[in-house]
Amino acid sequence: MEATISVRGLRKRFGPVLALDGMTFTVQPGRVTGFVGPNGAGKSTTMRVILGLNAADEGQALVGGQAYASLRYPLRWVGSLLDAGALQPSRSARNHLLWLAHSQGLGARRVDEVLTAAGLSAVARRHAGGFSLGMRQRLGIAAALLGDPPVLMMDEPFNGMDPEGIVWMRGFLRSLAGQGRGVLVSSHLMSELQDTADHLVVAGRGRVIADASVRDLIAAASGDRVTLRTSAEPTAAMVLERAGATVAAPGPGVLTVTGLTAERVVGALGAAAVPFSEVAAHRVSLEEAYMELTRDAVEFRAAAASGSAAS
Amino acid sequence: MTAGTAIVAAQESERPGRGGFGSLLHAEWTKFRTVRGWLIGLLVAVLVTAGLLLSGGDSCGGPGNSGCTLPLGPGGEAVNDSFYFVRQPLAGNGSITVQVTSLTGETPSGSVSGRVRARSGPGTGQSMRSGLEPWSKAGIIVAASTAPGAAYAAMMVTGTHGVRMQYDYTGDTAGLPGAVSALSPRWLRLTRSGDMITGYDSANGSVWVKVGTARLGGLPSTVQAGLFAASPAYSQVVSQSLGGSSATGGPTLATGTFDQVGLAGRWTGGRWTGADIGGPDAMYPQDPGTFRQAAGTVSVTGSGDIAPDVPGSGGGGGISISQGLVGTFVGLIALVVVASMYMTAEYRRGLIRVTLAASPRRGQVLLAKAAVIAAAGFVTGLVAAPLSLAVGERSAHAGGAFIDPVAALTLARLVLGTAALFAAVAVFALGAGALMRRGAAAVTVTILLVVAPFIIGTVLSAGGTQWPLRVLPAAGFAVQGAYPRYPQVTASYSTVSGYYPLPPWAGFAVLCGWAAVVLGLATWVLRRRDA
Repeated sequence: MEATISVRGLRKRFGPVLALDGMTFTVQPGRVTGFVGPNGAGKSTTMRVILGLNAADEGQALVGGQAYASLRYPLRWVGSLLDAGALQPSRSARNHLLWLAHSQGLGARRVDEVLTAAGLSAVARRHAGGFSLGMRQRLGIAAALLGDPPVLMMDEPFNGMDPEGIVWMRGFLRSLAGQGRGVLVSSHLMSELQDTADHLVVAGRGRVIADASVRDLIAAASGDRVTLRTSAEPTAAMVLERAGATVAAPGPGVLTVTGLTAERVVGALGAAAVPFSEVAAHRVSLEEAYMELTRDAVEFRAAAASGSAAS
Repeated sequence: MTAGTAIVAAQESERPGRGGFGSLLHAEWTKFRTVRGWLIGLLVAVLVTAGLLLSGGDSCGGPGNSGCTLPLGPGGEAVNDSFYFVRQPLAGNGSITVQVTSLTGETPSGSVSGRVRARSGPGTGQSMRSGLEPWSKAGIIVAASTAPGAAYAAMMVTGTHGVRMQYDYTGDTAGLPGAVSALSPRWLRLTRSGDMITGYDSANGSVWVKVGTARLGGLPSTVQAGLFAASPAYSQVVSQSLGGSSATGGPTLATGTFDQVGLAGRWTGGRWTGADIGGPDAMYPQDPGTFRQAAGTVSVTGSGDIAPDVPGSGGGGGISISQGLVGTFVGLIALVVVASMYMTAEYRRGLIRVTLAASPRRGQVLLAKAAVIAAAGFVTGLVAAPLSLAVGERSAHAGGAFIDPVAALTLARLVLGTAALFAAVAVFALGAGALMRRGAAAVTVTILLVVAPFIIGTVLSAGGTQWPLRVLPAAGFAVQGAYPRYPQVTASYSTVSGYYPLPPWAGFAVLCGWAAVVLGLATWVLRRRDA
């Protein structure tokens, strides 16, 4: 059985709000898939539909090729952490995990294993109600690991974590993917996923805006612009335009070239013996690429908000 | 950090066709037992159930009177066996026939309408006036002995219930209707043949109609037979509350006038002797009964009753075993809080999403929860009921009160019924919690439908409206009904004394119906609702 989550054409309406509008993507094993998008993009709703908590109006979400509700022991297929605060405060951390383990036909030994893995052994018998947010996140992760699932799904796991915790979480997510598991992590801040995610699903207004590897995404956002420094601006411009590029001069001694890769720019200038001091391929940051992609969705939300405020 | 085991492990241990609901039950049980507050809540339910006690409302003796007791009839029930008996021992088979020409009586002033006669009541000093109780009675009787609680069969005329044949305290069969008078006399006959006593009545002394036959097991060859008169204490419930009922009343007298007393078969006439049976006691310090013989006419005056003792009837006698269980409604309040919270705590902080992600079959989740809370409620009731009965018995004895005995099967039903009541109410509260998702709302609704009708039915409706205890979930309290109703005994038959408008299992069925409907609705809603 391929350990994946597959989401196909999910639509979901909450009264007047279209929360999901054809959401479609796949979580592949062995890598961290970042699920990003502004607040209200439909990330949490999608995750709830995957877990069978919310019913989609259209479309389907499958886990390992099956509907979540048909899984006998679902936590052995997907471990999830949606809300670290979903606890009975007066129940101890260990007992919280114990009832979950029993629901999956698992015993107390597995509970002690995941408590150790999450670094909670020392506080296992304390009431979960007294835990800090970071400790609750660790408890939620321990719960997600209970069934040793091939797929893990976490909604905003970095929320409320201190910088040290964020570093730990990144390493932890990487190690899970390294074991061959598929990991889906949502965030509304792209910076949290930088250096963590291999693959990104960017959501906005209930649908997928981009679904690509981190490298492809940056390349696409950067375009194939090349910045050129030269003292022979008119000659250089003429040579490059003849090679098929579009050239602009944003400042003295600087040309911006579109339509040619950096290698071909260097080749064309060399062949014509035009002097130049620097050729640089332009690269945007992941953050910039994300802002570019989601601008529409954010603007839409702002407009909708002011529109409803006016009415 | 690493998660030690290999990823394939999960699929390997998946066992199809097994474990689903069992695992769910296991999980829900773990969930329940790991919140200490809920376990404490159940303990509180046990303690308050046993802790709320009533002072013995009407007892046959004062505090410290540990010898207080009532005679038991042939069926094992507590009985009143107090009347005036004009008798002679008669051997073998035979029959006794009599004509009754009048039945008159005296009751305390203010009881029934009638001309006030400034006279002192029997042994009391209360002023009396003429009048009959509905169940004042006079007639002929064949008894195994004069000992209290002895087997008997009797034919009699009554205050307002016509001619009756009564036997062994609980048996009662109607004969000729209408009141007796000199113009409309009644003939009564009892015939003994072995253990069988047959009663006949007649309006003219020539046409006889069989009223009934009673088999008195082990009737000795020589019986005590003759004329009797009795009149049960007048009582009127003044107020009724959880603290018991308070009644006003007092002893009454009945006088029957007999003509043409005849003995037949192997019974031959001897000398008649009169005696009060069963007296004197707290109510009758002096023997009130008399008989006069003149010119073939015998008039017999007596007080008391030959009938089962009904607890709470206000005229002395035993108290109800149910009084020990009166704390049940307080214990149920504690249980309702626990059972509702067990469900609504899931919604308080979104735990329901963790639960449903772990167990997507929502109907089964609710069913497992219901099974766990029903078991917890049952055990709570199973501990609380015997404890409450024991504490109630101790308190009754300390107060000098006598508890009317119940059969072993009835006692077992009181205990198991109370346990089942706790279980069903817990399921109802759980269902209400799932429907309303808020603890305060679920607790309020459950208490309004389950507990409040019981309190209202007990405090406010002294013999009045009892429909809430028929149709609302509170009908389940009927499992605590302890004694049968006797049409031949006038009493208030209150809930405090263990009398409910429905039979035990009918009342329990009403409660279970409600619980099933609420749980079914909750399942339907839970399945449809986004979590």
